[in-house]
Amino acid sequence: MSDALFRFATAGSVDDGKSTLVGRLLHDSKAILADQLESVARTSAERGFGGEPGAIDFALLTDGLRAEREQGITIDVAYRYFSTGRRSFILADCPGHVQYTRNMVTGATTADAVVVLVDARNGVLEQTRRHLAVVALLRVPHVIIAVNKIDLLGYSQHAYDTVASDVAALARELGLADTHVIPVSALEGDNIVDRSANTPWYEGPSLLELLETLPSLDELETEFEALRFPVQLVIRPQGALAHDVDDTESFRDYRAFAGRISSGTVRVGDRVQVFPGGATTTVTGIDAGSASVDEASAPRSVSLRLADQLDAARGAVIVAEGALPEPRRELDASVFWLGAAALRPGARVLVKSGTTTVQALVPEIVGRRDLDSLELEPADLLEINDIGQVRVRLSADLPVEEYAAHRRAGAFLVIDPQSGATLAAGIVTAPVTPDTGEAGSTTRTTTDTEGVAA
Amino acid sequence: MSAIDTIPVETGIDALDALESEAIHIIREVVAEFERPVLLFSGGKDSVLVLHLAAKAFWPGRVPFPVLHVDTGHNFPEVIDFRDRTVERLGLRLEVASVQDYLDDGRLQERADGTRNPLQTQPLLDAIAAGRHDAVFGGARRDEDKARAKERILSLRDEFGQWDPRNQRPELWDLYNGRHTVGQHVRAFPISNWTELDVWRYIEREGIELPPLYYAHEREVYRRDGMWRAISDVSPARPDEVVERRTVRYRTVGDMSCTGAVESHAASVADVVAEVATSTLTERGATRADDRISEAAMEDRKKDGYF
Repeated sequence: MSDALFRFATAGSVDDGKSTLVGRLLHDSKAILADQLESVARTSAERGFGGEPGAIDFALLTDGLRAEREQGITIDVAYRYFSTGRRSFILADCPGHVQYTRNMVTGATTADAVVVLVDARNGVLEQTRRHLAVVALLRVPHVIIAVNKIDLLGYSQHAYDTVASDVAALARELGLADTHVIPVSALEGDNIVDRSANTPWYEGPSLLELLETLPSLDELETEFEALRFPVQLVIRPQGALAHDVDDTESFRDYRAFAGRISSGTVRVGDRVQVFPGGATTTVTGIDAGSASVDEASAPRSVSLRLADQLDAARGAVIVAEGALPEPRRELDASVFWLGAAALRPGARVLVKSGTTTVQALVPEIVGRRDLDSLELEPADLLEINDIGQVRVRLSADLPVEEYAAHRRAGAFLVIDPQSGATLAAGIVTAPVTPDTGEAGSTTRTTTDTEGVAA
Repeated sequence: MSAIDTIPVETGIDALDALESEAIHIIREVVAEFERPVLLFSGGKDSVLVLHLAAKAFWPGRVPFPVLHVDTGHNFPEVIDFRDRTVERLGLRLEVASVQDYLDDGRLQERADGTRNPLQTQPLLDAIAAGRHDAVFGGARRDEDKARAKERILSLRDEFGQWDPRNQRPELWDLYNGRHTVGQHVRAFPISNWTELDVWRYIEREGIELPPLYYAHEREVYRRDGMWRAISDVSPARPDEVVERRTVRYRTVGDMSCTGAVESHAASVADVVAEVATSTLTERGATRADDRISEAAMEDRKKDGYF
């Protein structure tokens, strides 16, 4: 078994030194190769970056588009790759200034961890709060606050302690799961790869040590959750068998359900139920390509063979016996609005959840979150970069769960039926009303999931 | 099911398993949601990898879509041979979009620098329209180039095939939005998150066959723009260039007139994995003359409808 995959996102404004941090991580993990460095050094010199010859503007490594380099801004999330031998990393570099919510949401939905940069001289700012609010609502498992430019304050423990205690208070307020605060200097390399002698008062790990050891989403989730397997398509080759199938007779009636395990583990012999309908059957085989395996866990793509001929197709969900989701026609949801046009009550949209897309109506906007207080305020429309609470009526039953209990079963897209554009990232919540002061909590313990007809 | 061997239970999932499962999930989503997908297949390692993943995704069924080769006419003969054998073995339908046809009847003109890479765009778009393909799989990876680092896994193209990098759909969780209107199509990149080293480690693990020029061999070459270029009808040496015999291999396989070789003694896949792990140059920087034109060479080609 080789190293495992770990996905993380970086957030923070340009002034916090994010590009320098990303450049430093890539550079010190030897992910930047000579021709890239040469090209960046050449452009740095042409642009007159820094005073000294050979100074490198690390932002040029991540700014991939002509407009970004010309205007010195970052427009879109850029993906970077490096590995350390212990782990392979996918870094989603999320720009801070332009459309920060959209970029932060994009990076955070797939992240095992988010690294938020804070300038030690400025401490926790409004934008830090907003980034962390998005991270909290999307339930990213780990948050790392990199207190940067600590070198400019003479490696002052006091400056670090101030940020650390502000972050701790914010983490409690937002309900952040697992928070780490590290004093770093991206420019000097302190506590990025190795622990620094300049911060003897800091006893925690370096940034890279942390990234190498925090458990990923799948490591956290497979342990506890019941099997859930959304069916992508049915494999039924009949006569059209692959070239390497030699025993054609035994594959004549082959029929399997292809998909990616979204939670839990499936074993041959397991009793399972199928949504919709709830029919119960037994798993008789698990195929991964031409190999047959005894068990498989999230996030594996496999094909499941079942004992009974069930009438299941794309959109069906195979779950552990007893874990059948309740069919839902009405959802309470938080939406991160990303569309240029505002959402108004009565909007007709498409909702894509798992392997199903259905027509939907948004009869009611319950409210909009104030991103500073995180309280829900009454609102009659949601605009781009707003985070709101809505009620959604669906044209067909969906097997969703609350996002807080099951990420992949509670996440959905809101799509414009005309243009096809993605309008929002949505997460299924418990019913919420505006408000009451329960800042940040979209998961009150209400068990009533019936919803109220609008 | 007597033809299936049972392998031992695995306790965890490594990076290659995770990347493989992600790619298979993407390929199945596209096949489930689109009417007429096609795979761009050049015989290069990345497109061979996508084809291998597609075969796994639908096993024991056949790969349920055809493959499309945009043929510049400047091919390595070994690669065309490999392409034809692969298509035959898997029972696939091969569509060919020929740049040479366009040059012969005057729809395109040869460029002054002799490279045909930028000429591929029009035949590609015409072939997509003629085949009424609404989804086009490609083997592009985000680690190849700065512009590709910003590419989506599902990327919408208008009827001119254009990529609008400033107006891309946000990509959320593993929920891919492939909605498109008439005339639009979607490019799908299942191995977006793979690095060159991941590709080679997976090729080693799965025993995937590649055209022989990916491995060290002796060849008549000359030095141009800091790369070793093969002697051929379409890439002759200039009088001042010294032709010599060297042991080389190719890190990328494209148009013969602009693809360079690197000096290498990596004769096996294990040797190549070791070599790539310690390389100090990116594969495009080392081997592609056309990407050295400017900082934004790839971005400009992509905006015009290139892969």
